[in-house]
Amino acid sequence: MIDFELDEEQQLIRETVTTFAAEQLRPAAREADETGVIPESLVRTAWDLGLIQGSVPESYGGYASGDPSAVTGAIVAEGLAEGDLAIALHLLSPRLVVDPVLRLGSEEQKKAILPIYMSERFTPGSAAVVEPWLGFHFTKMKTTARRDGNDYVLDGTKCQVVLAASAPHIVVYAAAEGGIGAFVVPGGTAGLTIGEREKNLGLRGLETYEIRLDGCRVPASARLGGDATPMLRRSRVAQSAMAVGIAKASLDYAITYAKERDAFGVKIAQKQAIAFMIADMATETEAARLLNFEAAWNLDQGGDGSREVAIAHRYSSDMAMTVTDNGLQVLGGHGFIRDHPVEMWARNARGFAIFEGIASV
Amino acid sequence: MDFSLSEAAQSRIAMSRMAAEGMMRPIARQFDEQEHTDPWEFFQSMWDISRGNRDATGMGSQGNGKKNGRSENTLLACMQIEELAWGDAGLYLSIPNPGLGGAAVQAVGTPEQKQRYLGTFYEGKPRWAAMAITEPHFGSDSKQVATTAVRDGDEWVLNGTKIFCTSGHRALDKSDGFVVVWATLDKSKGRAAIKSFIVPAGTPGVTVTKIEDKMGIRASDTAMIVFENARIPADNILGTAEIVEKDSRAGFGGVMATFDSTRPIVAASGIGVARASLEFLKQALEEAGITIRYEVSAYDQTVLEREIMNMEAQLQASRLLTWKACNMMDRGQRNSKEASMAKAKAGLAVTRITQKCVELAGAFGYSRKQMLEKWMRDAKITDIYEGTQQINQLIIARAVLGYTSVELN
Repeated sequence: MIDFELDEEQQLIRETVTTFAAEQLRPAAREADETGVIPESLVRTAWDLGLIQGSVPESYGGYASGDPSAVTGAIVAEGLAEGDLAIALHLLSPRLVVDPVLRLGSEEQKKAILPIYMSERFTPGSAAVVEPWLGFHFTKMKTTARRDGNDYVLDGTKCQVVLAASAPHIVVYAAAEGGIGAFVVPGGTAGLTIGEREKNLGLRGLETYEIRLDGCRVPASARLGGDATPMLRRSRVAQSAMAVGIAKASLDYAITYAKERDAFGVKIAQKQAIAFMIADMATETEAARLLNFEAAWNLDQGGDGSREVAIAHRYSSDMAMTVTDNGLQVLGGHGFIRDHPVEMWARNARGFAIFEGIASV
Repeated sequence: MDFSLSEAAQSRIAMSRMAAEGMMRPIARQFDEQEHTDPWEFFQSMWDISRGNRDATGMGSQGNGKKNGRSENTLLACMQIEELAWGDAGLYLSIPNPGLGGAAVQAVGTPEQKQRYLGTFYEGKPRWAAMAITEPHFGSDSKQVATTAVRDGDEWVLNGTKIFCTSGHRALDKSDGFVVVWATLDKSKGRAAIKSFIVPAGTPGVTVTKIEDKMGIRASDTAMIVFENARIPADNILGTAEIVEKDSRAGFGGVMATFDSTRPIVAASGIGVARASLEFLKQALEEAGITIRYEVSAYDQTVLEREIMNMEAQLQASRLLTWKACNMMDRGQRNSKEASMAKAKAGLAVTRITQKCVELAGAFGYSRKQMLEKWMRDAKITDIYEGTQQINQLIIARAVLGYTSVELN
């Protein structure tokens, strides 16, 4: 029966996440963007919230009761992104390894890999999906994985690889026999070269790298399951949820500003030109949220999601850009200067078109 | 959170779909071309179905909408209307039923009024009830009501002109129905003095002077009604005759709250029309050997694929906002903001979708041989009646910004 209310557990998770995001992520966001560094202490505090451990079953060191839910994942992603997208992506990075292992991995792979990420301290994870050429899409990878005896040999170039320099493993997605293969490549494997840290339009607090795979050889046991396409679909829902979070941040900021700023003897929010923009921002943010929840719910019900997820992702990416751009516009010149976070949100939001696999489930 | 359709929803959709496919689509073009004629056969069939449902459930066409003690009546109504409007939006609006006038009686009428005007509604021949609010000099700014109601002994005497009254002609001239009319007891007292009155068909001094020629929804009659010393019994007033000035906002706010339930319904009807267009276009593309690839890069997508995906997203976004507004109402939560979001979003989305479908279909879309051009004409009203796009933006903005109508106007 159609119902849009969050259940008690979902509400609790949402409250925990949004409170943490407002109190800890938002105040740290600008400095992380300017310096490119995310404070250690913040990462430690976030880890203690158990957002990732809560999605891993006890037998592997976490404390989840069931499979990770895409709906819950969307709630967490949206809430954290509302605080700060770059820090949220850093904090959720272990999921780039944990989720594919949980979803696609064998019992042996789970036992070998998951505990590494379930220790008392935060361990960064990483995934290599995106490739640096025009028109990249996850269904059309140039990076290849060729079977050679008991090994796979990986060749290709990936970009936007989060925390590649410090993560113990990078899950590399590559065209392989039987669809898209997901390979757990340990840092330091011969043939894996990690390039310079990338400089991006937004997400400046987040470390990303270009990596090269030249005849990079991993044992056949490094491959997680068969076709990883469904995995990548799931990650798109989390990205879309983050787009909603960043739009929500911009909307709320614009509301507060417009109600304080005087022009022509009234608050600018009292002018229809501004008020209508804000009304549309609110409507569009809510519309995208519902599309994402529906897509996530479909995945949780065992749906394939190829259409629903594609549509929700497309809608949310466009929405985030429009809403954050309008949020900036409401502030006028003040939106353009870096005293306010709205220009940063607009820069961050532009990335949703390319975040394939950066955002975790 | 749950996006699955209940059994009640599935059966309501299936039933409505049968009426839409079997009774509406086949005559949709004819009654669009022959504006101001009445599809009596259709009226009679829908009347018989409504009466049958009412007898079976005792709840009119509402059916059973409860699960675990929670109602989903508003949601079911929206799903039903999406299907009927998919069949034909003009015919859906023409279905003989108590309509908005009946809703007003249901909401604020006395037991006697409900018994007299609703209790026997489905007896005899098809009948309509309508609501007359708008006047030639105002649309959404309904506090400007200039039609007067003056007490004279045991009667009210009404004078004024109403326009844009859906089914007004059928309620007053074509059947033994009634119209609920908004009139003021004292123009100097503003909103608090605006009351509504039940005017039965056959009341002397009530004349339908014009039936509008429209761009779309042509099967639906849109009437101008003139009241010249029209006398109705004193107890045909809905609610109290007292003018409570201090609390005028609350009284008027109560009236405006009826839109919280009607706006999602308007949204749903537009969604039905846009869905018809999109389904038709996709079908035509499929027959031409074109299928939509949802998972290709923006680089490889065709313009067609991109447009279709956009339209599907816009349509589903509108539907989910509409369902959410319904869900809140069914939960007893105040949903003014969400109802306006649904209406504003759907109004614009269905207008754009149907226009785009005509464009993409080319000559095929523009020709009256096909239905696309009609659906484009039918969809546009979604963005206008029951509050235009702009009025709904205003309501959303006030809610989001926490402003009153004085602070943001």
